[in-house]
Order: sequence, then C-alpha cells, then structure tokens
Amino acid sequence: MDTVFGIPGGSVLPLYHELAVASIRHILTRHEQAAAHAADGYARASGKPGVCIATSGPGATNLVTGIANAYMDSIPIIAITGQVSVAMIGRDSFQEADITGITLPVTKANYLVKNIRDLAVTIHEAFHVAATGRPGPVLIDVPKDITTQRAAFHYPPRLHLPGYRSRVEPHALQVAQAAAAIQAATKPLLFIGGGVITSGAHEEVRQLAEEQDIPVVMSMMGKGAFPEQHPLFIGMVGMHGTAAANYAICETDLIIGVGVRFDDRVTGKIEAFAPKAKIIHIDIDAAEIGKVVAAHIPIVADARQALQALLAKLPGKMERPAWRQQIKRWQEENPLRYEQCGLKPQYVIEELYHLTGGRAIISTDVGQHQMWAVQYYPLERPRAFLSSCGLGTMGFGVPAAMGAAIARPGETVVAISGDGSFQMNIQELATLSHYRIPVKIVLLNNGYLGMVRQWQEFFFDRRYAYSEMAGNPDFVKVAEAYRVPGRRVTTREEVVPALQEALETEGPFLLDVLIDREENVFPMVPPGGTLNKMVTGGRQE
Amino acid sequence: MKRTLSVLVENRPGVLTRVAGLFSRRGYNIDSLAVGRTENPSISRMTIVVDGDEQIIEQVSKQLNKLIDVIKLSDITDDPHVGRELVLIKVNAEPAVRGEIMQIVDIFRARIVDIARNSLIIEATGDADKIDAIENSLRPFGIREVVRTGKIAMLRGAKTRGMEASGDGAGE
Repeated sequence: MDTVFGIPGGSVLPLYHELAVASIRHILTRHEQAAAHAADGYARASGKPGVCIATSGPGATNLVTGIANAYMDSIPIIAITGQVSVAMIGRDSFQEADITGITLPVTKANYLVKNIRDLAVTIHEAFHVAATGRPGPVLIDVPKDITTQRAAFHYPPRLHLPGYRSRVEPHALQVAQAAAAIQAATKPLLFIGGGVITSGAHEEVRQLAEEQDIPVVMSMMGKGAFPEQHPLFIGMVGMHGTAAANYAICETDLIIGVGVRFDDRVTGKIEAFAPKAKIIHIDIDAAEIGKVVAAHIPIVADARQALQALLAKLPGKMERPAWRQQIKRWQEENPLRYEQCGLKPQYVIEELYHLTGGRAIISTDVGQHQMWAVQYYPLERPRAFLSSCGLGTMGFGVPAAMGAAIARPGETVVAISGDGSFQMNIQELATLSHYRIPVKIVLLNNGYLGMVRQWQEFFFDRRYAYSEMAGNPDFVKVAEAYRVPGRRVTTREEVVPALQEALETEGPFLLDVLIDREENVFPMVPPGGTLNKMVTGGRQE
Repeated sequence: MKRTLSVLVENRPGVLTRVAGLFSRRGYNIDSLAVGRTENPSISRMTIVVDGDEQIIEQVSKQLNKLIDVIKLSDITDDPHVGRELVLIKVNAEPAVRGEIMQIVDIFRARIVDIARNSLIIEATGDADKIDAIENSLRPFGIREVVRTGKIAMLRGAKTRGMEASGDGAGE
C-alpha cells in the first residue's frame, strides 16, 4: 500500500497534518464516494488492499456506497473515518454519525477505536481481515482526540482472532468425490467467478479445463480469469450472457463452480437453473455453499488450493469431443451480433479492443455500456476488468479507473461509461486533471439511462418514465473546463481516429461518443426467466 | 422447527448488535436470545433459539460463524442438555384468590417474590413448556405483565462447549 484516497475535514485534521509529511501518497478526490471507489479500483487492479479516508459525519456517510460496493464484490478496502472526540460521541455532536452502526451490514468488520493503545493493533487486524479469507471492506472509525494523543508504538506481530479462520484446507474426501464426478461427467462445465481472481487460481482453472477438456463460462466477476479467446471459453452466463453459455448451463450434467455465488442475474429462475447438473461448489466462504443452489459436492477452501488438490486427483487427459461440438454449434448459431450501421456502441468497444490489443485495463460504470464492455472486450488476463457487479453502482467507473491507473502505472486504463453513470461522479474530472492521472474515458452517450430505457421498452409498455437525460451538458466542454482534453464523436468514421487520439494523448482524455440512442443489449434473459429463453435481438413487439 | 444454538462470542462492544442485526437483515426469526459473560470475562455466551427449516438453520449458523466476534457455534438441540428459562409474572391477586394462586405456585415449584395489595410477582424457572404451563394456569386471574429471559442451556455430563477455537493466531 503506497497511496491513499480521501478528503480532509474537521475530525481528520490531525491525521492529515501528519499525512502531509508522511511517505504515503495521498490523492485528493472531489467526493468521498470516489475515494472509496478509487481504493476499490486500486485493490482490484493490484490485489492489495486499497485505503480511503474521510472525515466524520457526511464524509463518512459519503463513503458508504463505495464500501457497500466493495462488500458485494468481496474487494479488500480499508476505510478510515474521523469521528468526533470520545467524550462527544453519542451527543449528536457537529458532524457526528454512527458510522460503525451504519456500515455494520456492509463491512466484513469495523472498529471504533476509543483508546490510543488499541490503534496500532486495530490497523493490523483491519488489514489482515480485509485481505485474507473472503476479502472485504473494513472500516476503522477514529475519534479526533485519539489522533492527537501520543502512545508507545506497539505493533503485535501476532493477532489474536479466535473467531476468524482465514485459511481453510480443502477436504480430501470432498476433493476425491469431485474428481470422480468430473471423470464420470459427459458434459461438465467450469463456472468461474471473482474467487478465481482473488485466489490467483487462473492458471489452475486453465490447466483443469485443458486437461479434462471442460468448457468454461464465467460470471461478470470472473472476467479475465480465463482467456476469452481460448477455444474452451463460451462466455458470460446469465441475463446478458452469451446464448451458448446459457444453453450450456441448461444442458450440462456437472457444474464446477469456482468462487461464484450464483447471483440471481446469473441463475435466472432458480428452479430452472442447470436442471440436469450435479454441482461441485468451491468457495472459501462456507456460507455461500447452499445459499442459493444446493451443492452436491461442496468444497470449502481457497480456490487455488482446492483446484491444485483436484488436479492431483485427476491424472491424465480427457477428451469430450461430442460436448465440445455441441457447444461449438450453439456458438456458431448464436454469435454476438449487432447491426453494421449508424454509430453502434459495440463497434466502439470492438475498435477500442483492436487499438489496445486487448491489453487495456477496462473499468466500467453500470448499465448497457457495462454489458457491451463485457461482450465486446475479451480479456486474456485477470485484474484487468473492474466493474461494479454485485451492487451495480453507477458512478463507479471513473474513480475505480483512477485507482487502477495509480496502482498500475504505465498501463492503459480505459473507463467505459455512460452519460447517466458518468454524471454520478463527474466531479472526478478535477482529480484526473489535478494529478494528470492517465484515464481515458470513453463515454457511450445515448442521452438516456439506457438500461432503464431498455427495460421500459421491454417490460413497461415503452412508457419511458424519467429515463431520458434531457439537459445533458456538452461533456467535452465540461472536460475542457477541468483542463482535460476531449473530443466528441458523432459518426462511425470518426471512431478509430478519435480513439487513437485519446490513447496517444498523455494524461486523461474524454471521448464523448454519441451512439445510436435506442441500441439494446442482447441477448437478454428477462428477469426471473429461464436461461434458455432469451431475447436475442431486434425489436420485440 | 426450533433449534437451540450456543454461541461463544468475544465480549466486545457491538457484538450483540452484530448478531441481532444479522438475523433481521437476512430475514431469520429469533425466538429468543440470552446473553451473558462466561467463566472467562473476555468471552460471552449467547443462547439463541431460532425457528426455521434445516436450510435456514444451516445458513444462520454459517452466517454467524462468519462474524469475526463469533468464536464458536454449536447447535445443541439434539445433544442432551439442560435448558432453562426464568420468568417473572405479575398477576392480579385479590385476597380471595391468593390461596388458589399459591397452590399453583407450589405445584410448579415457583416462588412469590413480591406482593402488593392486588397483585403478586411470581418467579419461575424451567424449560419453555413449564413456563408456558404456569403462564396458562395464571391467565384466568389476569396477568398484568410477563418478563421472560429466553432460554439458556448447558450440555449434560462432563462435556463442555469449550473455548477451543481454530481461528487465526498469527498475522503476516
């Protein structure tokens, strides 16, 4: 950890007084929510915990969305909040908020430090808890007077956490059963999620897939955990997954779920999910097993360790040509497609893919553009796709990209956003400008809350209630006001040169791309629907 | 189906909120919850009676186990155990019916712990069935107030639900 993100204020003034002369870099964001998302993006891109700081009261409450976001996606961030002095707590003091109470349901752990002697060990514990086991956000609330006191620095090398088990060994018997099930299966399917990236198990996944000839589908959190150009890769499953991936779920006789939590956006109608399959569920969090789907063979363990144990039990190679051919047929019959006319968002992302050689770190906001990014920017490596998958937080993309750009200097970082999402943290243009953080913003601007509009079109009689963003600014002018260069794109022909300019310009850049306004995301499984009942394109009447 | 969970927790601020909050947040029903310090002052024990089917109980247990303050959780429903509740019942007691009430109190081996002109406070301990029975027997006289502790429980025999925990002893 070398960089923190935050905003000073009354209760953290003593902390900032020291931070100014410390060897830690501090990035001043323009809203605390952005500090939390930046810490999140930093963590996703680097694998190390991200840190954000806010003052008491409104500063702390502004972090809450970012903390909840990290909690839903199991991202390790440390939020340090100022608090009013110990003696003032509970008196409705100026800028007081019970932030440990408020964040109780959205933190892995949180602490209110009421004694300076507890401060160092609390920080140690917070980092340990945030980063180990199933990672998650941890909040430390520090009253102002604690930061003005002095105490001997005591940093115990050993933590006493009798109720916390970060390491869980895979159960040998369960592993043996899983291996036997894989050997017996004729249509097995690897279903991988964020846990694969967290545990660094992508190589093991690849080995298992290749040696046992098992096709691979992913949740959105699993993007990058398996090379998407690999012949065994089928795509994302669920609401906006590929048709082939959803058909595979419906046909498979064995799902090997690794670091996934069977979210409702993945499963669709739960009774109809994978009706023919046995399920092996590998997860480090025992509470995920059986939460949504019943696992026939649960393995509670770190994904990497579990897969290594599994691989050791599976010597030799398998070939499953019939299953592969069936999948290939589905893929050929149902490719991702869009009309080659007008200015299509999919085209913009495809060209971005080509120009960056698929090597950019992509962060997204939430909505249609997020799904197009998943579909049209295939990745080859983990920790290169940052997206608010669980909470679905509009406003995540740009600050998360800032965090990633700082964590991984020298890499191309692109924030793919929409006009709705971007405006939820548009003030971060100032942070990008201030520190010249080289984030390239590709704004897929349709003047709508596009996904809302799409749902209204399909499920709400085309009554477009408050989803049109009338009053959008000229985003290029806004960027210019912040001294961030930008360019507006209105035709297909301009896309490539504009992307080139954005990528070649040093520092941040904003591309405002006026895409076809009513383009929809396909395929689409209606909410609560069955995965093989997809709307696959065209207008639905 | 009612299950009795015996939960050892670290005696830290907020732990009760964490446990109670977990139940409401995830939509589980607590039947009763009793908490108190153990022989080790840094550790408290909660006895939680929870209502739900097998899947719910399993989720409750797993979610509770995830809380860092929870050291150990055991479902002791099917183990031989002593389960007790304490109840205080304030009942109407005109002088004319006091004799009858005192008979009921004797039958249940309860005690009268306070007396006023027209009412009594009765203290009783026992398992939930007995407490329900005494409450029902007193109802005809007019119960003014009932205070119940919720169940506490201990395994029979020499076995204990000890502190042997398997958590992280060491950091990096």
